[in-house]
Amino acid sequence: MTVPAIEADALGKRFGRRAAWALRDCSFRLPAGRVCAVVGPNGAGKSTLLAITAGLHAHTEGTIAVLGTDPASARSRIGFVDQDKPLYPQLSIAETLRMGADLNPGRWDADTAERIVAGGDLDPRKRIRALSGGQRTRVALALALAKRPELLLLDEPMADLDPLARHELMGVLMGQAAEHGTTIVMSSHVVAELEDSCDHLLLIGGGRVRLAGEIDDLLAAHTRVSVPADTDLAPHDVVESRTAGRQLSALVRPAGPLPADWRTGPPSLEDLVLSYLRNPEALAAHPTTEAAA
Amino acid sequence: MVDYRIDRHSGVATYVQIVQQTKQALRLGLLEPGDKLPTAREVVEATAVNPNTVLKAYRELEREGLVEARRGLGTFVRRSLGAAPADSPLRAELEQWAARARESGLEREDVAALFTAVLETHYPVHPKIPEGDPS
Repeated sequence: MTVPAIEADALGKRFGRRAAWALRDCSFRLPAGRVCAVVGPNGAGKSTLLAITAGLHAHTEGTIAVLGTDPASARSRIGFVDQDKPLYPQLSIAETLRMGADLNPGRWDADTAERIVAGGDLDPRKRIRALSGGQRTRVALALALAKRPELLLLDEPMADLDPLARHELMGVLMGQAAEHGTTIVMSSHVVAELEDSCDHLLLIGGGRVRLAGEIDDLLAAHTRVSVPADTDLAPHDVVESRTAGRQLSALVRPAGPLPADWRTGPPSLEDLVLSYLRNPEALAAHPTTEAAA
Repeated sequence: MVDYRIDRHSGVATYVQIVQQTKQALRLGLLEPGDKLPTAREVVEATAVNPNTVLKAYRELEREGLVEARRGLGTFVRRSLGAAPADSPLRAELEQWAARARESGLEREDVAALFTAVLETHYPVHPKIPEGDPS
């Protein structure tokens, strides 16, 4: 059994003793080599989780192991691109990359860094402060990828990229995963943006894990049903149900075979995510964790 | 060589699109026995889809005996599909027919409907076993 990329157990974080919990009772396991989407509404705790995993915040309770050790010890093997892409504004692109090489002796892949920067048609002499948001994202990704990380953490990486750059850089990330087996974790509040690129999902809402597992397994574990309004859905777990006239439509987690006269269909990933977010009371599902236990 | 185009709004699973497009290339003779499929890395860099999706598609093609993975070398075409290469006489006839259809003022949809109807007559699809279809 290989070491999981991230393993969190009852992880919690609050910024100050009186503050509300930014993250609470967060348990999940991400196998190595996956491309994981961290999805949730604004303020759900996505950035907090990524920053803890990157070793930038201490957690308040619970445990977290990253690449088989604690986040701080794993730091040299992690690449992290923060939402704000912090870079030194007065340095040029070339100087920024040289700094990356100096800070990561023995791991630095200058070709990768230069290829990513060149993809954006950027003049290496240009200073960081003169770059657009999207161009800064490109430099930050070049810096993170050239470090040859085993685990790459990206907080809203695609937010300020145009569609062309988004597709190209997502391709670069997928190439990295194919070539080196890099585990990639990226957050977004737009699930459609990540659907084709990710094979694993971590849905966070209200500081808690709502869904975690392989996307194929999660989709297979849920069914959309549409039945007469007076139908009793028990014993199946109901994530969301709505009645319109004589029709009841619901998203369920079947506890066994469904009656043959129910009309059923597979949910889309977006459908699944929205149903869980609209219904904070619905039970969390962890097919992978159960299977691994 | 084959250049995969993924349509995320088609409702067809991405790995199935890769399988279908590979078969299409085999039918048209764009891929021939011995040809190498693009590596997973090449496909994902161009399409931005997850590498496991490409590997799943290649495994499916391998299961059907169309390609074989050679360790450390890549995935190679084992056999061709159908008998309608891109430059066959049948294709030339169809080209001429399509040109005539256009000259006589048929719209794209008219031609597609006509072609599908003839296709159905000569290649009837086996009746499907009804499933729990939601529609």
